[in-house]
Amino acid sequence: MKKYTYTEKKDTRSGFGAGLSQLGKENENVVALCADLTGSLKMDAFAKDHPERFIQVGIAEANMMGIAAGLTIGGKIPFTGTFANFSTGRVYDQIRQSIAYSDKNVKICASHAGLTLGEDGATHQILEDIGLMRMLPGMVVINPCDFNQTKAATIAIAKYHGPVYLRFGRPSVPNFTPADQNFEIGKAVMLNEGSDVTIIATGHLVWKAIEAGEQLAEKGISAEIINIHTIKPIDEEAILKSVAKTKCVVTCEEHNRFGGLGDAVAQVIIKNTPVPQEYVAVNDSFGESGTPDQLMTKYGLDTINIVEAAEKVLKRK
Amino acid sequence: MDTVSKIKNMVPQVRRDIVRMVHAVQSGHPGGSLGCTEFLCTLYNGVMKHHPEKWDMNATNQDVFFLSNGHISPVFYSVLARSGYFPVSELSTFRKLNTRLQGHPTTHEGLEGVRMASGSLGQGLSVAIGAALAKKLNNDNHHVYVLMGDGEIQEGQVWEAAMFAAAKKVDNIIATIDVNGQQIDGSTAQVLNSGDWGAKWEAFGWTVLSMNGNDVDDIMKTMQDAKSKSGQGKPVVILMKTEMGNGVDFMMHSHKWHGVAPNDEQLASALSQNEATLGDY
Repeated sequence: MKKYTYTEKKDTRSGFGAGLSQLGKENENVVALCADLTGSLKMDAFAKDHPERFIQVGIAEANMMGIAAGLTIGGKIPFTGTFANFSTGRVYDQIRQSIAYSDKNVKICASHAGLTLGEDGATHQILEDIGLMRMLPGMVVINPCDFNQTKAATIAIAKYHGPVYLRFGRPSVPNFTPADQNFEIGKAVMLNEGSDVTIIATGHLVWKAIEAGEQLAEKGISAEIINIHTIKPIDEEAILKSVAKTKCVVTCEEHNRFGGLGDAVAQVIIKNTPVPQEYVAVNDSFGESGTPDQLMTKYGLDTINIVEAAEKVLKRK
Repeated sequence: MDTVSKIKNMVPQVRRDIVRMVHAVQSGHPGGSLGCTEFLCTLYNGVMKHHPEKWDMNATNQDVFFLSNGHISPVFYSVLARSGYFPVSELSTFRKLNTRLQGHPTTHEGLEGVRMASGSLGQGLSVAIGAALAKKLNNDNHHVYVLMGDGEIQEGQVWEAAMFAAAKKVDNIIATIDVNGQQIDGSTAQVLNSGDWGAKWEAFGWTVLSMNGNDVDDIMKTMQDAKSKSGQGKPVVILMKTEMGNGVDFMMHSHKWHGVAPNDEQLASALSQNEATLGDY
């Protein structure tokens, strides 16, 4: 098992803020919009440095999505910022008609996704957003795993022309990917080559997958670990190459088991080389109040759940 | 022929296009389309500075129009074609399989003149504000126009946008509301009596004008007035009184022709009331 280390834990939303700040300096067409969550989204630096290109919309997410769509008509590259729940479910029709169907170059940037929002509870903990966004034709869906990768993703999506959903979160997680990484949309990252089981993870579950790989190695199980930061378009080649070798797969995501990474991977393998799959995901429920760690444990999204899923899927081979 | 005469000459032809398009596929929305015929003919041929021959999605250095109440696509398509955006012959494909003239307008099929999809109501004002902000950032001193229906402004997003445009002084936008007093389930007063629209928009911080949307001269005068009032720190909205189904006698004074196509006999009657001034498609 390849050894991964980190010097500090950082929140992925700060990676977004850092990336946006850099983009602001490099690309004058980048415009940022926020619906009264500037601090939570870490958009302060951009707002301070480029007040003329920062649009405070107020608590009006539907209007924000429409304004973002309109800004593209004039060559702007709008980045909208609010919580994942208000970035997707609340404004689905606005995204569908004014952005996705209208082919607009809007970057929908969503923080506080999933359970790790913590104590605010289920009203704010969306676990359906990946599914909602995946279903929109032409929408790119990205869920990076740490600060550095979120920063790199933020910068990369400005260069891509088309609607993008960028999902990140609130808790501090190990910042282990290289600061100078080349973020390629749609390209999976091989974290560890293994032979017994493929573990495919996205977002906050990637570090837990690494921890699970270490525990499995101690038990003599060789896990291949893949970081899928882009859920749509998904890297079919990387998935198929891996399962051809391991003949089984575990998918890990901070999302409902319906509609997310697990289903995206399942679609790839059933069309090509069906193999047993286990999901580490929320079992079709809403979240609740609690600390992020408590919630990840209660809802079965911990390292131990990945280890157990790997052992289970191995028996199904 | 002077500009106003040309516009007035175009109006009956666009009416013919509308009823023929809707009749051909036995679907579509003739009532609101006919009511807005004078307005769109005037906007595209007497008011807006635009370049149909050089189609540019970004609308650089030209005025731009958004149709928010996308169901009146027949009048939009006819006026776009008759103003030079795409061949008039393409009107015959309206609502047919593989057409660029979808039931509700879309950018998805690359139809020149359409810059956003509309149909799900209440979204156009926000998009127009975005385009207006882009123009300000680009130092592009042109106007952004948007048309909404009076039933449509029951949607909450419209009021989010109304608050925003006034608060942020988006004063290069000129919105028009088609006040025909009708919506699918009956009159707007019956469905959701909303009181004084003018007072509402004024309270939201907009400059409010009104006009007769079935009178080309009044539209020309009022739109010039709207332009002169723009750039003064407030967005402008025009309450445009129209008669739904205008120019086709049996479609007027009722909400029943919102989304109903005429039969053969009714088509003949409608065409007899409107001369083919420019030649049918």
